[in-house]
Amino acid sequence: MDNMRKTIFGRLDTLTVLLYCALVCIGLLAIYSVEHRSTDTVFFDMSKSYTRQMMWLGISLFVGFLIVLTESRFFSSIAYLSYTIGIFLLIITIFAGVNVKGSHSWLGAGSFRFQPGEVCKIFTSLALAKFLSSPETNFNTLKHRTIGICMALVPAVIIIAQQETGLALVYFCFFLVMYREGLPNIFLVVGVSVIALTMATLLIDKWWLFGIITLVAIIVGIAIRSVLRRNVVAIIGLVSVYLVSVLFSIVLVPFAFKNVLQKHQVDRIYSTIGQDVPEEYLGKLEPGEKRVRKENASEYNVNQSKIAIGSGGFWGKGFLNGTSTKNKFVPEQHTDFIFCSIGEQFGWFGSFILIGLYLSLMLRLIFLAERQRSHFSRIYGYCVAAILFFHFAINISMTIGLAPVIGITLPLLSYGGSSLLSFSILIFIMIRLDSDRQVLIR
Amino acid sequence: MSLAQNPRQYVIRFLYVGVALIILLRLFFLQIFEDKYKIMANDIAIYRKVVYPPRGIIYDRNDKVMLYNQVVYDLMVTTSNVPKNFDTLKFCDVLGIDKPQFDKMLKKVHLKSGPMRQGAFLEELTQEQTARYQENMYLFPCFELLERSMRIYPNASAGLLLGYVGEVSPGMLKTDRYASYTQGDYTGMNGLERSYEEVLRGQRGVHYLERDNFNRPRDPYKGGALDTAEIAGKSLQLYLDADLQQYAEKMMANKIGSVVAIDPNTGGILAMVSAPSYDPNLLRGRERSKNFSKLYKDATHPLFNRATQAAYQPGSTIKPMTALVALDVGVITPKYGFPCGGGYNYCGRHIACTHSGGGHAANLRLALANSCNAYFCHIFRLSADAKKFGSVEKGLQRWYEYFYSFGYGHPTGVDIPFEGKGLLPDSNYYNNRYNSVWNSCTVVFVGMGQGELALTPLQLANSMCIVANKGFYYTPHFVKSIDKNPKDPLLKPFLEKHVVTHITDSSFEIVQLGMQDVVDKGTGKVAQMPGVEICAKTGTVENYAIVNGNRMKMQNHSVFVAFAPRKNPKIAIAVIVENAGFGATWAGPVASLMIEKYLTDSVVAKRKYLEDKLYNAKLISKYTYIIDSAQKLKDRIRWEAKMAEKKYGDSLQGILDKRKAEAWLRKNYMKK
Repeated sequence: MDNMRKTIFGRLDTLTVLLYCALVCIGLLAIYSVEHRSTDTVFFDMSKSYTRQMMWLGISLFVGFLIVLTESRFFSSIAYLSYTIGIFLLIITIFAGVNVKGSHSWLGAGSFRFQPGEVCKIFTSLALAKFLSSPETNFNTLKHRTIGICMALVPAVIIIAQQETGLALVYFCFFLVMYREGLPNIFLVVGVSVIALTMATLLIDKWWLFGIITLVAIIVGIAIRSVLRRNVVAIIGLVSVYLVSVLFSIVLVPFAFKNVLQKHQVDRIYSTIGQDVPEEYLGKLEPGEKRVRKENASEYNVNQSKIAIGSGGFWGKGFLNGTSTKNKFVPEQHTDFIFCSIGEQFGWFGSFILIGLYLSLMLRLIFLAERQRSHFSRIYGYCVAAILFFHFAINISMTIGLAPVIGITLPLLSYGGSSLLSFSILIFIMIRLDSDRQVLIR
Repeated sequence: MSLAQNPRQYVIRFLYVGVALIILLRLFFLQIFEDKYKIMANDIAIYRKVVYPPRGIIYDRNDKVMLYNQVVYDLMVTTSNVPKNFDTLKFCDVLGIDKPQFDKMLKKVHLKSGPMRQGAFLEELTQEQTARYQENMYLFPCFELLERSMRIYPNASAGLLLGYVGEVSPGMLKTDRYASYTQGDYTGMNGLERSYEEVLRGQRGVHYLERDNFNRPRDPYKGGALDTAEIAGKSLQLYLDADLQQYAEKMMANKIGSVVAIDPNTGGILAMVSAPSYDPNLLRGRERSKNFSKLYKDATHPLFNRATQAAYQPGSTIKPMTALVALDVGVITPKYGFPCGGGYNYCGRHIACTHSGGGHAANLRLALANSCNAYFCHIFRLSADAKKFGSVEKGLQRWYEYFYSFGYGHPTGVDIPFEGKGLLPDSNYYNNRYNSVWNSCTVVFVGMGQGELALTPLQLANSMCIVANKGFYYTPHFVKSIDKNPKDPLLKPFLEKHVVTHITDSSFEIVQLGMQDVVDKGTGKVAQMPGVEICAKTGTVENYAIVNGNRMKMQNHSVFVAFAPRKNPKIAIAVIVENAGFGATWAGPVASLMIEKYLTDSVVAKRKYLEDKLYNAKLISKYTYIIDSAQKLKDRIRWEAKMAEKKYGDSLQGILDKRKAEAWLRKNYMKK
């Protein structure tokens, strides 16, 4: 109980705060480098994104400070209320939203704009934590599992109705949390496998993939050989999974791409991850016909992004020397494609450090979660880590052509008030809960 | 209470780490394994800007500028930057244009350069426009004044010698000399601009700039560390006397012909006129192509450098050289006389002589002074038929060698391009022409400068240098020094002394005296100048042209060659005025006035009437236009025939191709 005697500030987790500060500072530098021109004379120029981002950082830190001063039980007690308000805001946004690039996910008046979908992640995390930690909930029953899944997916459905699919996908991260709290293995295994298999089918040559799948199957077989020896069902399971995978990647997808889907549809699928359509799916040309392909917007983005990152090399071009990012070749480069400026200016080494920082923050959050006495805090911690993980993985993957381009931000780095503020709130609530980890919160 | 030992927390951690590793692996491939992205990034983002240094300046012998660069301003605009509320009225007022013009020009820039790139709105602003615009330029931030340098000819003379710059042509690009040029580069197209291109152009600089997604250049790449600086072109100093040149051009106005004046001591060309001349300032800037085609089509061919390219029969002006050969071969002595009674009647024909008085060809000096045709025909025959050569064929070949060494029959090597070589017949030429049946009578006319012999005015002037120098010459050339260095490697060939065979000084002496007599008491009295011993020779050249299908005798060419002073000669000159008449009537005054102007810097008052006579004379033959339009018609008919043939050939080829294609299709695609 030594911990309890310290002041509230003494009890905050220093490492998390440091990681948070490091990432936010890198973000500011990245935005600055993208916008900086050698002709600039004034440093504090309110028309520049980095100045506005600094202002948002100030607001975020202030809110974080308020959160630290707040009683930790408060968060659990407002969980359901906030969730209801969040859902309500989301529904209003469908009708009253400002049209921003085709999606209606922003509420706003004048120059001030705010995305309820971002903030609703906090509310959903709180509500899910509250629900799963309540003594009445038995997560082994189908009823409670269904309720849990619904709580996570209702906001997602509404956000899809706002035509902001990318943000909606983030709500699937709560499956990771529910998995930790007892959702069957099969969800995770099937989910991860399907995603991995789909991406691999699109990115890797099919005979290479066949080899890899076979190799994985053999390794798994050896790893669980004792189970296989005793259990016939396991053998059938393993073999059938193997066959399904092979069938999917070697037969089904090529067949569908060649015979079922139209050429432009195949093109669309490949272009969302910035890949060229492989020769075999292009079909035969009529004599004299030329292959005409229009580059669509997302493919252009990914290509430019890959050029920017790829040209960084090992050490990068150096701070403020990124020719691609500085000269605006990558669109959206201070928001969704901010990772490009790191990749170009600091190379693989800088990317390694950045990814290391993210990984440390996520693993630290899980460590914090696991040391909580109360279930609420633990589940909330997992929620924060999972949201961070989804944003991080999808955002970076899309800049390097591993994932389709869906507009979600890189946590704490991307320019944008809503995003920075909501991630700060998420993390600071966790830090606040952690400082009271001996207290049982319901 | 807690599920501290729950294994699933490790599964989740493993998942996080796994995904991070996959990303890092992918990044490894992108950033370290693959090279293409680095190349692509440089391709899209780095702009290689070639900076052209100012071309070298050309000065005359008195450091008077003949060709320099002037900064002109182009008004540039990026159309997307023009705001909606742009003050068009004010802008139009400043530039002195009207609103529809403004719209038209802006639209043109938009079409040509697109909305995001800068294009030229107005090229070469006048001085007034520039001044007015610079005062008001703060009002129009979307427009930019871009400076560019342009070649200016302040004397508006010597266009053919100085040449002009133009875009390098695709044909030139294929040659080795222009290997370092690219399409769109400018290069000297003619005259000294072309000959000394390598010196004048300087060294281009390369600046690397970053550019943005709209292709607009921005900051220097890597702070300019990779840039190379441009080096300005070297200046040239000429032997040419700008005032003399202008004076000669003025006198030759409205005439066809040419003037070449050379300093015999150096071979430096003091003036070179091909009349009619034109204002070289016409061939630059906005109106260039329009003016060029106008000049090109002109019946008098002002773009044709008659001084180095046209070949004229020298007429009587060749007589001093004929005399030199005869003296050196040894068939005559200076005292040798010929009883001319008004013509030469030996070869079964009569060659008329202007004089018939007894004794006008009693010796060489007299014969030269009176320009006796019979005398020189005779001594030419004597030298060709000289016993020591054995046959007329060998004799003529010897004569050919003498004349070749005088600089005839081959380009002199002057430092402007496209020099002609004239015509110098050798015995082979006559064997071919007369089927090997000829003798000295057949070719007798070349002895008096008619017949097959033809010289460029430059060659003619150069032979005067040989006579003046008593047997040597330097290759005629314009450039005295390059960047004040007279020993530049490029000038080395011009420092070499060409010694002409081994003709004795006494031979030259007697010929010089004969030429002095021409001025003192012979045919060239018009050239007399008190206190200076001028040596000269007149020439009156018969010539024929085909007009309306008939061979027609045209008005004689007036030719005059001279050098002065006889001792320590300072200037040698050749003047030809086409279809003008006697040598002493038109070419003579031009030559003598130029000598006077060059030697004394002014013309005495009592000779001013000659100037006036020359300024006012319009001596372009009326037949020039008839001949030219006939030539143009002929060219046109020939061109049309060629085109028709080509069209026929193309259509034939088309039919053949079609047949081939059909056969191929039938073979491969039609069912049997």
